[in-house]
Amino acid sequence: MADTTTRAKVRWGLLDVAVVVFALTPVLWIMSLSFKTPATLTDGKFIPREWTLENYRTIFATDQFVRALVNSIGIALIATTIAVVLGAMAAYAISRLDFPGKRLLIGVSLLIAMFPQVSLVSPLFEIERQLGLFDTWPGLILPYITFALPLAIYTLSAFFKQIPWDLEKAAKMDGATQGQAFRRVIAPLAAPGLFTTAILVFIFCWNDFLFAISLTSTERSRTVPVALSFFTGASQFEDPTGAICAAAVVITVPIILFVLFFQRRIVSGLTSGAVKG
Amino acid sequence: MSINSTPAGADVAAEGTDTRSGGHAAVPAQRDNRRGRAPLSENKRAERRLGWLLCAPAAFVMLAVTAYPILYSVWLSLQRYDLRFPAEREFIGLQNYATVLTNEFWWTAFGVTMLITVVTVAVELVLGMGLALIMHRTLVGRGIVRTSALIPYGIVTVVAAFSWRYAWTPGTGYLANLFSDGAPLTERASSLAIIMLAEIWKTTPFMALLLMAGLALVPEDLLKAASTDGATAWQRFTKVMLPVMKPAILVALLFRTLDAFRVFDNIYVLTSGANETSSVSMIAYNNLIRGLNLGIGSTMSVLIFITVAIIAFVFVKLFGTAAPGSDDGERR
Repeated sequence: MADTTTRAKVRWGLLDVAVVVFALTPVLWIMSLSFKTPATLTDGKFIPREWTLENYRTIFATDQFVRALVNSIGIALIATTIAVVLGAMAAYAISRLDFPGKRLLIGVSLLIAMFPQVSLVSPLFEIERQLGLFDTWPGLILPYITFALPLAIYTLSAFFKQIPWDLEKAAKMDGATQGQAFRRVIAPLAAPGLFTTAILVFIFCWNDFLFAISLTSTERSRTVPVALSFFTGASQFEDPTGAICAAAVVITVPIILFVLFFQRRIVSGLTSGAVKG
Repeated sequence: MSINSTPAGADVAAEGTDTRSGGHAAVPAQRDNRRGRAPLSENKRAERRLGWLLCAPAAFVMLAVTAYPILYSVWLSLQRYDLRFPAEREFIGLQNYATVLTNEFWWTAFGVTMLITVVTVAVELVLGMGLALIMHRTLVGRGIVRTSALIPYGIVTVVAAFSWRYAWTPGTGYLANLFSDGAPLTERASSLAIIMLAEIWKTTPFMALLLMAGLALVPEDLLKAASTDGATAWQRFTKVMLPVMKPAILVALLFRTLDAFRVFDNIYVLTSGANETSSVSMIAYNNLIRGLNLGIGSTMSVLIFITVAIIAFVFVKLFGTAAPGSDDGERR
C-alpha cells in the first residue's frame, strides 16, 4: 500500500513538473533575453552567458517607455476602481434584492462578456474622435470598464452569496436602513471578494491590446503593450529586442506578484465567477 | 438570487430560451405574490427602487459603450466613408457588404480565424481537462501547479507573443535553432502553427480553471462507488465525471470559442498578418487604422458581430445548454 502511494506521488510529481515547465518556459525565456548583452543576444542560448542590466537602464531612460508605464498604471487603476464600485452595486442588487429586470441585467452582461471587441473598434474610433475622447485616458477607461463589468458582476455576486446575510437583517432590526446595512455590515465582509475581483479586473485592463492600439495615437495615452509593439524600428539605431524584452519583463512583474501572493483567491474568484456565479 | 427562482423562470431556463424572456416571465408571478402580502408593499417598493438604482450605473455604461456603437457601426457600414476622402461620404446601402463578401482576403481571413478557433479550442479542451485533473487531484505540490498555471493566464498576451516570436527567430531563438533551418515565421503553415501554439499556451489555464469548477461538483462518493464496482479510471472519467461536468464543459467551450474567434494580439505581434495569416479582427483593424476606411471597417465589424451571435446561438440551441447559464445553472 505504501508502495503504491509513493509511486502515485512520483507520477503526480512528474505531471506537476511538466505543467510547471510548460507554463514557465516562455516567461523565463523573455527574462533571459532581457538580461543578455547585445553581443550575446543572438546566440540562441536559453541561459545568458553574460548578464547585464543595460536593457533596463535603456528603457527607463526613454520617455517612450516611462510615459507608457504611467499610462498603463493610471488607466488600469482608474478603470479597476470604477468597475469594481459599479460592479459591487449591481452585484449586491442581484444577489440580495428582488426587482423586475434583474434577469435582463444578467443577460446583458453575459452578452457583453461574449461580445467581439473588434466590432466596437470602428464605431468607437469614430465616436471618440467626435467627442474628443480619442487618444485620451477616458477614451480607454470607458471600454475597459464596460468589458470588465460582466466579470466584476459575476465574481462579486458569487462572493456576495457566501456572506452571512442574517447580520444584515440584524442591523436592519437595530434600525439601520438598507443602505447603512450595506455600508457598515456587508462591505467589510465583502472586502476579500472585492479585492479578488479588483485583481482580476486589473489583469484584464493591464492585458488589453486591441483597444489600446486602436483608440490611441500618441504617447499621451499609449499603454505599455502598445508601446512595446512600436519599439520596433522606432528605437533609434539599435536592435530593440533587448529593450522590448526588458519592458515586457517590467509589465509582467506585477502579474507574477499577484499570482504568487493571491493564487488561492484568483483561482476561487475565477472558478466561482465563471461557472457558478 | 433564490427569491427569483420561480417555477416559471426555471422552465424557461430549461428550455434554453435566453435569459431575457426569463426576466419577463418572472414578473407577473412576483406581482401576484405581492398582492397577497399587502403590508410588505412599501418595503418592497423601496427594495425595487434600490435595486434599480444600484444597477442603473452599470447597465448604463455597458449599454452606452456597446449597444449604441454597434448600432452606429451598422449605420456607418451603409455608407461610403473613407477618412482619406471625407468629401466622398455618401449612403450606398449594402454595397460595402457586397464588397467585403466578394473579397478573397476577407474569406481567407475568415478561414484562418475558423481554423485557429477550431484547432485551439479542441486542443485546449483536452489539455485543459488534463490540467484541471492535475490541479484538482494532484497529491503533491498543488499550490505550485496552480500558481504556475495562472501565470500564462495573467501574463500580457503581447509579452507572451514576443517571447514566442523571439523563440522562433532564427539565430536568436532556442526553438528555431532546435527545429529547423528556415525562418518558421515567414511561412504560412508554420506561422499558423506558432500562432496556435501561442494561443493554446496562453488560454489553456483559463479553460482548465473553468473545467476545475465543474470537477469540484463531481461527488467523491460516486467515484468511490464506481471504483468499488470495478470501474477503471477511464470508465470513471467517461461514465461518472463527464456527465456531471457537461454543463461546465459547454460553458467553457462557448466562452473559449468566442474568445478564440477574436484572436488579434498574437497575430499582430507574431506575423502582422503576413503570408495570409490575418484573422478577421486583424483585417478589420487594418482597414480601419491603416486604411482609414470607416465604411469597410464597420462592415467587417458588423459581420464579425453577426458571426459571433450565430456561434453563440448554435451553442445554446444545439447543445441545449442553459449555456449563458453560467448564471442559470445555479439558480435551478
